[in-house]
Amino acid sequence: MVRKIKDGLILGTIYLAAFFSVVLLAGIIVYVCVKGIGSVRWSFLTTVSSVLKGTVGIAGNIVNTLYVIILTLVIVIPIGIGSAIWLNEYAGKSRSVRLVEFTTQTLAGIPSVIFGLFGMVFFGTTLGLGYSLLTGALTLTLMVLPLITRNTQEALRAVPDSYRYGAVCMGAAKWYMIRTVLLPSAMPGIVTGVILAVGRIVGESAALLFTAGSGYLLPGSGEGLFHKIMESGGTLAVQLYLSMSKAQYDTAFGIAVVLLCIVVIVNFLTGIFADKLNAALRK
Amino acid sequence: MNVKAKCIISKDRVCIVETAAQAIFTICAFVAIFAVGSITLYMIANGVPALFKIGIRDILFSATWKPTAQEPEFGILYIVLTSIMGTALAVMIGVPIALLTAVFLAEIAPKTLTAVIKPAVELLAGIPSVVYGLLGLMVLNPLVYKWEQNLYRGSETHQFTGGANLLSAVLVLAVMILPTVVSISESAIRAVPSELKTSSMALGASHVQTIFRVILPAAKPGIIMAIVLGVGRAIGEAMAISLVSGGCVNFPMPFHSVRFLTTAIVSEMGYASGLHRQVLFTIGLVLFGFIMIVNLILNNILIREDR
Repeated sequence: MVRKIKDGLILGTIYLAAFFSVVLLAGIIVYVCVKGIGSVRWSFLTTVSSVLKGTVGIAGNIVNTLYVIILTLVIVIPIGIGSAIWLNEYAGKSRSVRLVEFTTQTLAGIPSVIFGLFGMVFFGTTLGLGYSLLTGALTLTLMVLPLITRNTQEALRAVPDSYRYGAVCMGAAKWYMIRTVLLPSAMPGIVTGVILAVGRIVGESAALLFTAGSGYLLPGSGEGLFHKIMESGGTLAVQLYLSMSKAQYDTAFGIAVVLLCIVVIVNFLTGIFADKLNAALRK
Repeated sequence: MNVKAKCIISKDRVCIVETAAQAIFTICAFVAIFAVGSITLYMIANGVPALFKIGIRDILFSATWKPTAQEPEFGILYIVLTSIMGTALAVMIGVPIALLTAVFLAEIAPKTLTAVIKPAVELLAGIPSVVYGLLGLMVLNPLVYKWEQNLYRGSETHQFTGGANLLSAVLVLAVMILPTVVSISESAIRAVPSELKTSSMALGASHVQTIFRVILPAAKPGIIMAIVLGVGRAIGEAMAISLVSGGCVNFPMPFHSVRFLTTAIVSEMGYASGLHRQVLFTIGLVLFGFIMIVNLILNNILIREDR
């Protein structure tokens, strides 16, 4: 009898905790949407904030975010995939493999403030890139590298060895085999890593505040599009933080809604590709 | 996994491509080593000089933080203590709730419910930290302020924080580590072989007894890993708590306005110069030290699991 009561109590606590977690989550999403949906208008998304014209808008920040995403991905995807290929296909089991794996895991655990400090002194000062979108992208490259490496590695591990032997036995050289057999089979895993990286980049603020700065203007046309890379620019998350510290809460909640939508899309896409990878694993 | 494909004719075009490919991949792999190496080097190179200029005792074991005064003092003791205290409290609040939620998802909830809650937890993990900060500022701070007003009504010595204090920051951190701990410990619980569960039930133990006496102990390494990752996330978080925690350097008590290692860097880096800036790098170095300890613990767990 006592045991039944005790079990019931513990079960009750478990239900309570789960209920609490779910309510908390639902509350967060609903609250942000209710508070922020009012500021998200077409003009909010397509204009730049200006005191003269009296407009409040985040177009510049959206463009900056796209710049940072593209720049970072262009740098990080080849490095991450290359690193995973080396770990899984070339390196075997040696000391350097353990070192690469340990450092990759360490990179994943370093807080973004530290990345911000390092990016500021290394890319900004030592390499002389200053406060620019490029500095920000290079800093983020180090931050999301583990995501790409690990997901690619997982995906490569899931490719059956028979594919490798088959290709090599038919006379394929190793790189040819990797390029035409392994990478296509590992594609869902790689894409998952890339999408997760995009999610992380979009949400990052501490690492970008000291590296990419806080500019919010649109790039000029023509050559200006290219020059923008060397100019400072705040992403959506950075602008959210800045608006918050200036007590412009309407703008802040508006950006929060936009970010939330992006996160939902990112999670949805990740789910699709992870399912594909799992289906491939089961075969 | 390691298929060997050797070049037979060494000046063959294919052979050159092959060798080049291998070399490029090797370089890619060493980017991670290079990155961690140079981050460590830069943090030490930028953080250590201030330690010697001011003196280790005056910086690490002094509690007066007046970086912009006429005769500046750079004691970061309270800042370090705040980070430790804040992380510990957040873990103490967040981990039990997260563990019970993980148990619920893995053992008790019907499949349909899990199918709804799991994506929701993943969504929670993906929300940018600034958004948590915004919510903390707009929702949590007023609530905590009301509590503070009730608690310290008539007190003359208490400095009112308007809700921006250690307690608010801890609650934000607790919510932020929730999804990490839930999802990792859930998979750890799911990975426990089902024979253990069925034998325990067959011996007459109830489901609850089985969960707490058999399944959770068996899932212990995974759960510890989840907690360590949660600690890492809590100690390194900056943007979510920088406006929520108040920002004065005080001894970490729940209703004191406090400054964490991370928030000190974020809020002062913008205007700091000279020695002040170097001390901020020292703070970064201390934070980096904590994170490396967390990482080494994590690495040990992973190695043990491999065996």
